[in-house]
Amino acid sequence: MKEFFNALADPSRFFLIFTVAVFAMLKWREFFTAPKVALTIFFGAVVFFVWAIRDPGFKANITKPDNIPIIFMLFLVGFFSWLSLYRAVKNDRRIDRGELPEEAVENPKKVLTWPDLVYSEFLCMLIGTAVLLIWALLLKAPLEEPANPNKTPNPSKAPWYFLGLQEMLVYFDPWLAGVILPGLIVNGLMAIPYVDTNPKGNGYYTFKERPFAITSFFFGFIVLWVSMIILMTFLRGPNQAFFGPFEPWNLHKVEPTVNIQFSQIFWEQWLGTSRPTGWFLRELPGIALVVGYLAITPMLLAKTVCKKMVAQMGNPRYLTMMIMFLIMVAMPIKMVLRWTFNLQFIVNIQELFLNI
Amino acid sequence: MAAAAAKPAAPRPKVQLVWEPKELHRRDWMLVASWSLFALSSLVGTLFYVLRYLFPNVTYEPPLQFKAGLPTEFAPGRVDERFKASFGTWVVRNELGLYALSTVCTHLGCTPNWLEGEQKFKCPCHGSGFRKTGINFEGPAPRPLERYRIGLADDGQVMIDKSAKFQGEKGEWANPESFLYV
Repeated sequence: MKEFFNALADPSRFFLIFTVAVFAMLKWREFFTAPKVALTIFFGAVVFFVWAIRDPGFKANITKPDNIPIIFMLFLVGFFSWLSLYRAVKNDRRIDRGELPEEAVENPKKVLTWPDLVYSEFLCMLIGTAVLLIWALLLKAPLEEPANPNKTPNPSKAPWYFLGLQEMLVYFDPWLAGVILPGLIVNGLMAIPYVDTNPKGNGYYTFKERPFAITSFFFGFIVLWVSMIILMTFLRGPNQAFFGPFEPWNLHKVEPTVNIQFSQIFWEQWLGTSRPTGWFLRELPGIALVVGYLAITPMLLAKTVCKKMVAQMGNPRYLTMMIMFLIMVAMPIKMVLRWTFNLQFIVNIQELFLNI
Repeated sequence: MAAAAAKPAAPRPKVQLVWEPKELHRRDWMLVASWSLFALSSLVGTLFYVLRYLFPNVTYEPPLQFKAGLPTEFAPGRVDERFKASFGTWVVRNELGLYALSTVCTHLGCTPNWLEGEQKFKCPCHGSGFRKTGINFEGPAPRPLERYRIGLADDGQVMIDKSAKFQGEKGEWANPESFLYV
């Protein structure tokens, strides 16, 4: 049984299962959000934890003061995902019958920011402060000895909310994963109100009216961000090697991985020649792949699958959205390529410190 | 009611043009004292830190050049970690001679660990791996560990100079100063 879970935790398998689970939850949301089914899943998770915590390694990993909030967060994320989909399913049924969504019936008038919104925000702030105080009193801060540049803890992990970023840094250069991609995340989130001017779903839960928007959100947040936190917290051990949840953290786990570059695959394996010496010609296939992915894919999609979307949004909005979306999707593509083929970089210009 | 209406309006107070020192009441004294104390302490505090600023907290780094002992002290095929903590350098000996590797990971600058069993340097931050030669082969590190200038001092000791770096990906390891034949 434990071996089975360890085998599932192999990064590619874990990521595949996680992604499929999220998409299945969205596809068959009517089934999964039914309270009986959701409660069964919840109790299943609790039973799993109760069973698994008897394993000393699992217990040590789960009950680290750093990791307890992550467990809380996982259950909270699950609960709120369920809540939003549950209400969306209810509303979709009402809309199908030609009725107004629940929220419109509950409170048909617009409410004021002050006092209605600010008051409840103030209450939430008070409750949040109280929770933080109790938390700080109950759980000791995981403080360590003063920092020493010669002694890096093994494994070195960022605070939990930065683990997604740290995981990105495993696959990309620092200038890309530490500067460009986080900048794009922030700018992309800021661009949402300007890119997405569709008023449907404002003020009420729905899925059928906004399938693409909600699916992208679930993919970007749950699949990419939350799963990265799980992966980095619970499945990465010493030397950043992957360990199953019930596998002891062996410092000397042998992972025979030798990186390969896309230019090697292209010139040596596919064409059977040696790589050209100049960096431009050597990396041309990789550059073409990246440029093609970001430039040609949006055009192809605009002509085929996304015709309706382009007509609705107009070209500038569509392009902004699609390029952001493609960069987001590039993340898991690169991760899976690293896990399965040990592909290090698609474009590898060591001479200019430029690797993608 | 009639009497009240007939009462003449109160005379307007005269405008006082000259400041007369008032008697200092107990409450006013407290106020003046606390403001003065506040002003004084701000002034002293600011002055103190302005002066303190002139003497910055300097941690003097170890010198860039150091002697690492006689070449015979280094066992063949071993990675010498004696100078990792003090000078950030690994000294490695292969069949031909000695070279000095920087302990800074070329991905984001953590300090990798030497794993004797696996014969590799492994970075605990993002999992970059380097061979004993310093060449990167796994994880995200884009280029090999840097080598420092290495030579023999007049007294026959190994002299390592961290001010000169040799980068393998630029072909600089062919430079005779990056490798000591002993």
